Amino acid sequence: MSDKVKVTIDGITVEVAPGTTILNAARQIGGDIVPPAMCYYSKLEGSGGKCRTCIVKVSKGSEKDPRPMPKLVASCRTTVMDGMEVQNITSPEVIEARSGVVEMLLINHPLDCPVCDQAGECDLQNLGYEHGLQKTRYEFERRTFERIDIGDKIQLHMNRCILCYRCVFTADQITNKRVHGILNRGDHSEISTYIQTAVDNDFSGNVIDVCPVGALTDKTFRFKNRVWFTKPIDAHRDCPTCSGKVTLWYKGEDVLRVTARKDIYGEVEEFICNTCRFDKKKTADWTIEHPTQISDTSVIASNHYDTLRPLPVIQDNARLQEANRVELEKTTKF
Amino acid sequence: MARKLLLEHINVPDIHTFDVYRQKGGYRAVEKALKTLTPDEVVEEVKKSGLRGRGGAGFPTGMKWSFLAKPEGVARYLVCNADESEPGTFKDRYLMTHIPHALIEGMIVSSFALGAHTSYIYVRGEMMPQIRILERAIAEAKNAGFLGKNILGTGYDLELYVQPGGGAYICGEETALLESLEGKRGNPRIKPPFPAIAGLYGCPTVVNNVESIAATVPIINDGGDEYAKIGIGRSTGTKLISASGNLVRPGVYEIELGLPVEEFIYSDEWCGGIANGKRLKATVAGGSSVPVLPANLSLKLANGDPRLMSYESLSEGGFATGTMMGSGGFIAFDEDQCIVRNTWNFSRFYHHESCGQCSPCREGTGWMEKVLHRLEFGHGKMSDIDLLVDVSKKIEGNTICPLGDAAAWPVASAIRHFRDEFEWHVNEPVKSLDTNYGLANYAEPIAKAVSTEN
Repeated sequence: MSDKVKVTIDGITVEVAPGTTILNAARQIGGDIVPPAMCYYSKLEGSGGKCRTCIVKVSKGSEKDPRPMPKLVASCRTTVMDGMEVQNITSPEVIEARSGVVEMLLINHPLDCPVCDQAGECDLQNLGYEHGLQKTRYEFERRTFERIDIGDKIQLHMNRCILCYRCVFTADQITNKRVHGILNRGDHSEISTYIQTAVDNDFSGNVIDVCPVGALTDKTFRFKNRVWFTKPIDAHRDCPTCSGKVTLWYKGEDVLRVTARKDIYGEVEEFICNTCRFDKKKTADWTIEHPTQISDTSVIASNHYDTLRPLPVIQDNARLQEANRVELEKTTKF
Repeated sequence: MARKLLLEHINVPDIHTFDVYRQKGGYRAVEKALKTLTPDEVVEEVKKSGLRGRGGAGFPTGMKWSFLAKPEGVARYLVCNADESEPGTFKDRYLMTHIPHALIEGMIVSSFALGAHTSYIYVRGEMMPQIRILERAIAEAKNAGFLGKNILGTGYDLELYVQPGGGAYICGEETALLESLEGKRGNPRIKPPFPAIAGLYGCPTVVNNVESIAATVPIINDGGDEYAKIGIGRSTGTKLISASGNLVRPGVYEIELGLPVEEFIYSDEWCGGIANGKRLKATVAGGSSVPVLPANLSLKLANGDPRLMSYESLSEGGFATGTMMGSGGFIAFDEDQCIVRNTWNFSRFYHHESCGQCSPCREGTGWMEKVLHRLEFGHGKMSDIDLLVDVSKKIEGNTICPLGDAAAWPVASAIRHFRDEFEWHVNEPVKSLDTNYGLANYAEPIAKAVSTEN
């Protein structure tokens, strides 16, 4: 038996190590067929399976047992079998179920993106753009929570939380003691601490980075700026407690915010300590490397074109160039 | 008189004490199993008996046992699920209150079959009296040498513990139960791995319902083949049914599987008909999680044959015209009961009991509850009915554990069979507050009911 197993996702075959999950196999292929993940975090053991946005259809179980799986499965927690065939965006059933999950995630979400610091880099926003409805079918008062103060560095907005449990796993696995967790049950479950202002740990700031929504944000960046007006620069410093590899978010000459470096799935590459995150906000503290790569589709990239690069189809088609003349001129002017 | 296996001696005074239970032939199964059979032979007997899990899913118990992984040097556990909290189900409580030793005896036999040396009975936290009864029964059995080290001189050791539950319906889900037993928040685990591979403390574990475990006692006493003769088809043996609702004589009954539903409701041997001379409107055959059926479909299959109390017959016709055996919580509604109100009540329960771990169930149960509340209290809209169907579809099958399905099925089935009653609530918002829709055509002979549905 070979030590690689074959899995086909939306018609694309890839060979992966046994024990790989469907989601990670899809990430090895990359592109549009990667299921969205709100709760799974590859760096956190035990995460995933909760938000149900990554559900996919297994149309063939394996080479040995070709029966399809009876239900849609969470791709982040289902391991691949040799010969497995998976449908993600090619299955209307999956798309419908996923939009159902997105609707469920949004019915009690405050939708306060205009005042939310996460806006622009929020996984739920992206998901909502892709799968959400234009209009809500939920006609009741949205659920709210009592506000609690969990510390001087981190702002908790429980109303925005989607209960992905990532911050709980982070505190369990990155810091040496976890002081927050899930209280209550059902739709009144909340992330909380029994004693207020209790979150105080060298690595506690990482919960901000792992939070997929705006439930945990940086108090030192609160209401300072919109992320798409800031410019991310990779930098490092010699830090005794962490790797010191960070992204600095500049507005003009000022560093407004420091975060860990994130990959294309929004996961941090290395966790950073609170000193780097909250206390080193001068350019002099850092060795600057280069501007951070931001995906063209991200709203953060929108204010950072240096030169106009029309899309390839426009570049070599005179008729299209003519049709887009007004827009092209506008861009050149600015 | 129908055959009774579990409740045979229920009316004997002091049957809850060890001495009386022993006099009535108790603990024979332990003696037989430990002294004359090997663990594998016990599993074989249970397999032969065709016993199906009595907790709700109806999975064959013997098969479940044979899936248990048996790695060398790793402890195995048997956990008894006594977290009975499904609305309409109270058979386990009855069994534990009156014949606790039947459960203890079953635990010893089952633990022996599985090679478990530590077993737990996870009892619902609200059942404090039953916890005391069980603890007393365990102490008595231990004094008599049926528990502890070297049971009956056979060299087999077993410790049995009773654990009060955390007070949540969700802790009755087997993996949530294990989490709770480990002292954590009772959130269901994501499967696989199944408990048979990695359960309690990461060790192979079997979780069985109280009644399934107690049923191993007659199986060992009389042999699996003998047990399999009772019942009908693949539904073998006897089943405890918790009958409640508008019945003349509600209560816990032990029936042979295959009893016609009509006989169960109307015969004087069983429930004795609908109370106060009313007519039957609907039934919930297996506890609040299973689809509700109108009277005509409860008594007859879609093809007009009588519906029987068995796993197959109750689920005949799928969800279009059938329901499920579930845990045997039989609820009967008479013509004065409001299906909308009842559906709202069930929905309120699932909203309250959702653990909040996965999004469709956490948000969807609350949403359904709010819409049903609006319908019941005269603020509903016609579009709400289809909205409910759509929301229930989006919950069903997309959750970690079956609670999502359990919340969706009653709502979807109530609308499937009683849509006109929901519509009446929308059209008559004031009238529906203090009068009932009544029986309508829900009890009309089956052929007609099916044609109107189509």
